Amino acid sequence: MSLRIVVTVKYVPDATGDRHFADDLTVDRDDVDGLLSELDEYAVEQALQISENSDDDVEITVLTVGPEDAKDALRKALSMGADKAIHVEDDDLHGTDAIGTSLVLAKAIEKAGFDLVVSGMASTDGTAGIVPALVAERLGVPQVTLLSEVAVEGGTVSGRRDGDAASEQLEASLPAVVSVTDQSGEARYPSFKGIMAAKKKPVESWDLSDLGIEAEEVGLEGAWTKVESAAERPARTAGTIVKDEGEGGKQLAEYLAGQKFI
Amino acid sequence: MAEVLVYVDHVDGAVRKPTLELLTLARRIGEPVAVALGSGAAGTAAVLAEHGATRVLTHEAADYADYLVVPKVEALEAAVAAVSPVAVLVPSSAEAKEVAARLALRIGSGIITDAVDLEAGDSGPVATQSVFAASFTTKSVVVKGTPVITVKPNSAAVEPAAAAGAVEALDVAFSEKAHGTKVTARTARESTGRPELTEAAIVVSGGRGVNGAENFSVIEALADSLGAAVGASRAAVDAGWYPHSNQVGQTGKSVSPQLYIASGISGAIQHRAGMQTSKTIVAINKDPEAPIFDLVDYGVVGDLFDVVPALTEDVKSRKG
Ligand SMILES: Cc1cc2nc3c(=O)[nH]c(=O)nc-3n(C[C@H](O)[C@H](O)[C@H](O)COP(=O)(O)OP(=O)(O)OC[C@H]3O[C@@H](n4cnc5c(N)ncnc54)[C@H](O)[C@@H]3O)c2cc1C
Ligand SMILES: Cc1cc2nc3c(=O)[nH]c(=O)nc-3n(C[C@H](O)[C@H](O)[C@H](O)COP(=O)(O)OP(=O)(O)OC[C@H]3O[C@@H](n4cnc5c(N)ncnc54)[C@H](O)[C@@H]3O)c2cc1C
Repeated sequence: MSLRIVVTVKYVPDATGDRHFADDLTVDRDDVDGLLSELDEYAVEQALQISENSDDDVEITVLTVGPEDAKDALRKALSMGADKAIHVEDDDLHGTDAIGTSLVLAKAIEKAGFDLVVSGMASTDGTAGIVPALVAERLGVPQVTLLSEVAVEGGTVSGRRDGDAASEQLEASLPAVVSVTDQSGEARYPSFKGIMAAKKKPVESWDLSDLGIEAEEVGLEGAWTKVESAAERPARTAGTIVKDEGEGGKQLAEYLAGQKFI
Repeated sequence: MAEVLVYVDHVDGAVRKPTLELLTLARRIGEPVAVALGSGAAGTAAVLAEHGATRVLTHEAADYADYLVVPKVEALEAAVAAVSPVAVLVPSSAEAKEVAARLALRIGSGIITDAVDLEAGDSGPVATQSVFAASFTTKSVVVKGTPVITVKPNSAAVEPAAAAGAVEALDVAFSEKAHGTKVTARTARESTGRPELTEAAIVVSGGRGVNGAENFSVIEALADSLGAAVGASRAAVDAGWYPHSNQVGQTGKSVSPQLYIASGISGAIQHRAGMQTSKTIVAINKDPEAPIFDLVDYGVVGDLFDVVPALTEDVKSRKG
């Protein structure tokens, strides 16, 4: 038996950099370095673990939808141990919203062929946390999302989802879409060997016509949502900082009382 | 008048506060019609009526608890077909966001997630989002279909407003797809008796500086003296010192209380993403260079094991 896993990975602006919007109110990608969304490293890691724990023949494909530089995200995932990569790149994709992104991902996943899709819980830029559910809806397969533990055995995927009110144990038949949280287990660092091997792994490039998607269905024009304005939040005014020399707790209590919190 | 669907987040009939906030926001754009699903749904009607729901559509079935997400999507789809609303508002919990997303796709509508404010605009509701770790504020609209908008907790004050709250049974027929993901077991989270993290007016958080699960009692004692919820940084959670459900930040809860007190937390961008919009921010940290001090209204450079217990004692004596 064989198991085909597609891991969706997003290329995002570094959250520790100075993130901004461009004039067309999309993310300014020129100003800040991009990288593989850290939360997608957990998705790659879980795919690798599923593969390592499986008797089946497992093939892991990493898939990204993004500009030219998004290849960096694919390289990182390949150096962690994924087998091959697909890059969906097209100028008409600029400004695509979550619904549009899910369309492109679903078409690419179908074209690649899959038994299991593994995604991150959310991207570190848009942070919507809805793309995996949208992809499942489009593919017409079960979603088993926000897992902190995941296992695949004999055509079934199961896992634990820790919600607000309860912790749930979930189960579905393959094919399915899974998303994993940052509680699922630290992602491995690429080894030197992994980095060297990644250079030789295949990266396919597809554009919209390869996926049978019309330009009007995606991009800024095709988006079903529109950002009308973006304003930088004013910096907080500098606060009072005191050094504790035995009275710090008391001084803080006085401050809180002055602000009517006590 | 135009009707606005409001998805009700409840536990066995007990409506959670974010839903009541949604009813306030919904009244800015139309007449709220609430949709309550699952066990205890009908029991939500009285409180929803007190907060402005003109109608409460209910459907009770075991499917909502036994299968993930999709049964709720199909019920909302039925509600949209029955009501033809001008917008659908959903609380921004992890599950409700997924429900909202699939609903949006099914009804051919755009979706805005994690709005922090909502107002009526010339061509439908305008949503405010707080993005990039709360460093930018954006205003967005849905340009196709019936706007589906998820709203974060604490985005509006709860305002009572009496309305009919007429209970009506919603007709739902589940497809085969609704039963794709089975919930095979469920363990309810134990209540600590403290306020809910995302709803609390005061949050007291501890980080790696707390240095051990047993030391969290220092943080808890301060929280209890103030009637506050307890939060934790991911470092503290990853170390196993406090439950993940109390994590504040990008991959934890976003909180926006009147007062946030961070002890032994450095203030990494991912932590700030979850607390930066708090009204008043206080930090206790022994490192004067800790980035958290860039955010504070009041900071104490010192050892939390000296400062926090002293503060707790002072709070207790002031409260008498
Ligand atoms: C600040 C900000 C706010 C936004 N708000 C909205 C909004 O309210 N509504 C809306 O429709 N769009 C919104 N967008 C656009 C949206 O973020 C993008 O369309 C994005 O590609 C999908 O959403 P997400 O990044 O939030 O994904 P999430 O749902 O948070 O991502 C979850 C997972 O999906 C996968 N994934 C997501 N995008 C890609 C990709 N391009 N390639 C491969 N895998 C991917 C990854 O596995 C990821 O971990 C916003 C964007 C930004 C920057
Ligand atoms: C994708 C991603 C998502 C993340 N999501 C989150 C999230 O949701 N929430 C989150 O918190 N983090 C998150 N993180 C982790 C984040 O980057 C930081 O690692 C984390 O916030 C650090 O926690 P901390 O401040 O407790 O620990 P540290 O950064 O180690 O800081 C500990 C602080 O305690 C101080 N200290 C030590 N001892 C004492 C003492 N006795 N008295 C006073 N002060 C003392 C030190 O000076 C230091 O400033 C995420 C990271 C990634 C990559």
